[in-house]
Amino acid sequence: MSKTLFGMIQALQETISSQEAFLTELDGAIGDADHGINMNRGFEAVITKFTEEDTDIGASLKKLGMTLLSTVGGASGPLYGTAFMRAGAEAQGKETLTLEEAEVMLAAAIKGIQDRGKAVKGEKTMLDAMMPAQDALKQAVAEGLSVVEGLEKACAAANEGIEFTKTIRATKGRASYLGDRSIGHQDPGATSFTLMLETATKYLKA
Amino acid sequence: MKKIINDPKNVVDEMLKGIVAAHPNHVKRLEGFEVLVRAQGPTDKVALVSGGGSGHEPSHGGFVGKGMLDGAVAGAVFTSPTPDQVYEAVKAVDGGKGVLLVIKNYTGDVMNFEIAAEMAEADGIKVEKVVVNDDVAVEDSTWTTGRRGIAGTLFVHKIAGAKAEAGGSLDEVKAVAEKVITNVRSMGMALSPCTVPAAGKPSFTLAENEVEIGMGIHGEPGTHRETLKTANEIVDHLLQKIFDDISLAADDEVAVMVNGLGGTPTMELYVANLRVSEVMKEKGIKIAKTYVGNYMTSLEMAGFSISVIKLDAELKELLLAEANTPALVQ
Repeated sequence: MSKTLFGMIQALQETISSQEAFLTELDGAIGDADHGINMNRGFEAVITKFTEEDTDIGASLKKLGMTLLSTVGGASGPLYGTAFMRAGAEAQGKETLTLEEAEVMLAAAIKGIQDRGKAVKGEKTMLDAMMPAQDALKQAVAEGLSVVEGLEKACAAANEGIEFTKTIRATKGRASYLGDRSIGHQDPGATSFTLMLETATKYLKA
Repeated sequence: MKKIINDPKNVVDEMLKGIVAAHPNHVKRLEGFEVLVRAQGPTDKVALVSGGGSGHEPSHGGFVGKGMLDGAVAGAVFTSPTPDQVYEAVKAVDGGKGVLLVIKNYTGDVMNFEIAAEMAEADGIKVEKVVVNDDVAVEDSTWTTGRRGIAGTLFVHKIAGAKAEAGGSLDEVKAVAEKVITNVRSMGMALSPCTVPAAGKPSFTLAENEVEIGMGIHGEPGTHRETLKTANEIVDHLLQKIFDDISLAADDEVAVMVNGLGGTPTMELYVANLRVSEVMKEKGIKIAKTYVGNYMTSLEMAGFSISVIKLDAELKELLLAEANTPALVQ
């Protein structure tokens, strides 16, 4: 089976759909119990806007981000919307990516989320999975690893990031109202990011 | 889940259509969007747009009309509306004098409304924003996102709306809205949870006889859980938290809102209000206006919140001014 951008977006949509209840449950523990519902609504809209003809990674991620921005709502809509659009801006006209380019895109996505959400590392947000993943990609590039090898390292780092979010209290977003009661729960945004990263990695590896 | 709905996916759309069907003289639907605007609009004054997740009815669509809002944007249940929806509302209501966005302090609401404001400003529309954070149940510190916006938001809509109706400039309307936010405090409690239609089950559970003090309007946990006490004890506790946070002395004048969360009998709200009025009387605080009813609900949650706003002459005059909306006529 040849790997296409459309195939990857389909895989992402399937993951979000199958994990909708799980993500919503995580959000219910420390937030307002809508993360899975909102992300699923977004990706259901996304999938209707793509076909095998979409091969420009930059243009496609911009379209994906715009769609999430206008369908997800909540906090994850602006954050993921901005992240995908910023990542897309780093991949204009490209149909394939090197690991180095992927790292630059993830860095741009993180910057976008920080600009919009004003969060830093260690506040129990999606950044706590994204930033370790980016660090892992950077190191993989330096070590000359393949794209799949590098992404696998990033997935491992993102999963460690999720574990880390269980140990800290939230200071951003709705979970921050819980104070110490947020400790022990993993962050839903860090989880949804990691699920998407794992899905993309598995798709490329299969 | 037991709800009077057709399909969870259509709840917001059908609710908006139902409001328009009931109040065609007040509001109309902005075609293609989850937005209600005044039936006769845009007006030649500063416009107010508010909104947020659905499930808080009659907020916010019920307060579109003379003396209050010009547009209300309805997100999915308990989910901030998206920027494109807010942007369309701003464009539709701007009569050339600018638009004030009234935002409740939730991370998603603030970001989505900010993006919409940037889009509208790029079109040359003057946009200002205020963020309401009246809930004293949650800590306002660098360690949180800040206090939540709850039922006290109604006072912003009422007072800033009256200021705009009286011909105030965008800066003046914003200033009076900020003054309301500085002077309003709220705190609530819940007896039972609520169920988001798309989720199908409650996001938390409370044991029989257990209540959550400081519960948010999306079922977010409050300060603590305790065993159900009497109405007087509950009111005393909520009011004490409010008094701890805003200085009120004898002869000060306030307005009060005893707000039902959706599943509370009006009888109980009046029982609670009696105690509120007694406490104010004991303290020598004058109540210029009392609102009792469902203004900012949380689906079928049982419970209520108390909001208190300290009034000066300007705030009092604007609060008592005329309003004519589906959910508030005075």
